[in-house]
Amino acid sequence: MLWAALEEAMKLLVSGDRELLRVIGLSLMISASATTLAALVGLPIGVLLASGRFAGRATLAVLVDTGMSLPPVLVGLTVMAVFWRSGPLGALEILFTPTAMVIAQFIVATPIAAGLTRSAIAGLDPDIASALDVDGAGPVARALELLRAARPQVTVAIAAAFGRAVSEVGASLMVGGNIANQTRVMTTAITLEAGRGEFARAMVIGMVLLAVALLVNATLAWARRSDRASA
Amino acid sequence: MAHRLDLAARLGSTLIVLQMLAIVSSTSGADPAGTRSLLLATTTSTQDSGLLDALLPAFEDDSGIRVKTVAVGSGAALALGARGEADALLVHAPGAERKWMAEGHGDMRLPVMHNEFVVVGPAADPASVRASATVTAALGQIARQRVAWISRDDGSGTDLLEKELWRQSGEPEKPSGEAGWYVRSGQGMGATLLIADARRAYTLSDRGTWLAWRAKVRLVELLRGDPRLRNDYSVISVRADKLPEGRIHAREAVAFARWLTGPHAQRLIAEFGRERYGEPLFAPASAKPAPALPALPVPAR
Repeated sequence: MLWAALEEAMKLLVSGDRELLRVIGLSLMISASATTLAALVGLPIGVLLASGRFAGRATLAVLVDTGMSLPPVLVGLTVMAVFWRSGPLGALEILFTPTAMVIAQFIVATPIAAGLTRSAIAGLDPDIASALDVDGAGPVARALELLRAARPQVTVAIAAAFGRAVSEVGASLMVGGNIANQTRVMTTAITLEAGRGEFARAMVIGMVLLAVALLVNATLAWARRSDRASA
Repeated sequence: MAHRLDLAARLGSTLIVLQMLAIVSSTSGADPAGTRSLLLATTTSTQDSGLLDALLPAFEDDSGIRVKTVAVGSGAALALGARGEADALLVHAPGAERKWMAEGHGDMRLPVMHNEFVVVGPAADPASVRASATVTAALGQIARQRVAWISRDDGSGTDLLEKELWRQSGEPEKPSGEAGWYVRSGQGMGATLLIADARRAYTLSDRGTWLAWRAKVRLVELLRGDPRLRNDYSVISVRADKLPEGRIHAREAVAFARWLTGPHAQRLIAEFGRERYGEPLFAPASAKPAPALPALPVPAR
């Protein structure tokens, strides 16, 4: 069965199936958006945890750590209960749309971005941080400088957040509804095709997902390399 | 070199901002003003068979109403409907549906189509299901001999019928399965068939899914035709006043229910599946009682 499936997989990919392309496009759009938001929120939190000293720091640290092990299906259930018609934000009519999926993936990816950024900053040479203090830089400028200094690790943090978002299936299925051409992404499509017994199709989509993850990471590695060369 | 990185970063950010704009605009999936839409909660069998792919575009053309379908299983569909989270339901759990309607959740309930369930199992057939006169007798045999049986146990229409059949055979609704003969998969029909295949166990399947899967498993069809195995699908429109004004798209749901039971849809249903399976998958509710179904041809292996 596996060999026949691989053969079918190659044929489907080459034929440029429209539905498949739509599924891939939606996956990328939704996960890229979720990752961007996760980075915008998570990176500052990571810097804060690594270098700030403030009340509630320990609590925030625990939240971020727990957040990294948050079961995505639980996130899905909660987002669903908030956004469905009888929920507090039901009037927004967001359930079963890509927006709901971005929200769910954002919640799952942000702790990862924050936690890995914290490690990245904490691992910096302490001289860099002191140099910034001497400079008298404001908090925002200081944070940006720290992030810049830890660039290689921070890009890993973002890549990991993206990985989490794009491979997420439980929450995306629940809050998106797996609606054809609207909220069907690569992971939910794999679930559907496997449930229908269409293993070749499921395999194709899985391979594309893998290729996307590879591409993203290869690109970031290239960026890190060229960056190091210029440093 | 740093220049290359900046360029990449700038390009990347522009792409991402564009994507986010695209998402936000596509998500006025709250539709552009004036587009009527409907949320249909249905079963996995109607979706997986491809029937909805054949019907819904025709409905959207005829009515101008966009349909968003979530395939969740009959039990979950009824639960969503009870909360007003869906506008229309297409389900196949008549007992549960009648109770649900009696509780006052629905407005209209109309029969759409039917086909049948079949009992499938290992070719060796240790519990002699093939020779059983009725499905309840077959289940009794399976329970007495403690032969492996896979239950979906997921609140789907198939699952609800299976539990009812166990009751009718005089067994507890969920046989206790100490010695592990009664196994609960908690999953969809495809996955359950795979488990039954791996364990050489019996299970209950709707005919549509069975036709799609029988070439992929070594299980064989052992019992069909018992009137208790009739599989009836109905369309239900949810009562409009469950939620504040406008949240439930009741008019669209009623339009859908009427269309599904009207001549165009019923004709499409009567023909559906002929191309792929050699015979139609479902019998429309509007048809006169059909003669006994011919035996399914055995696929060449």
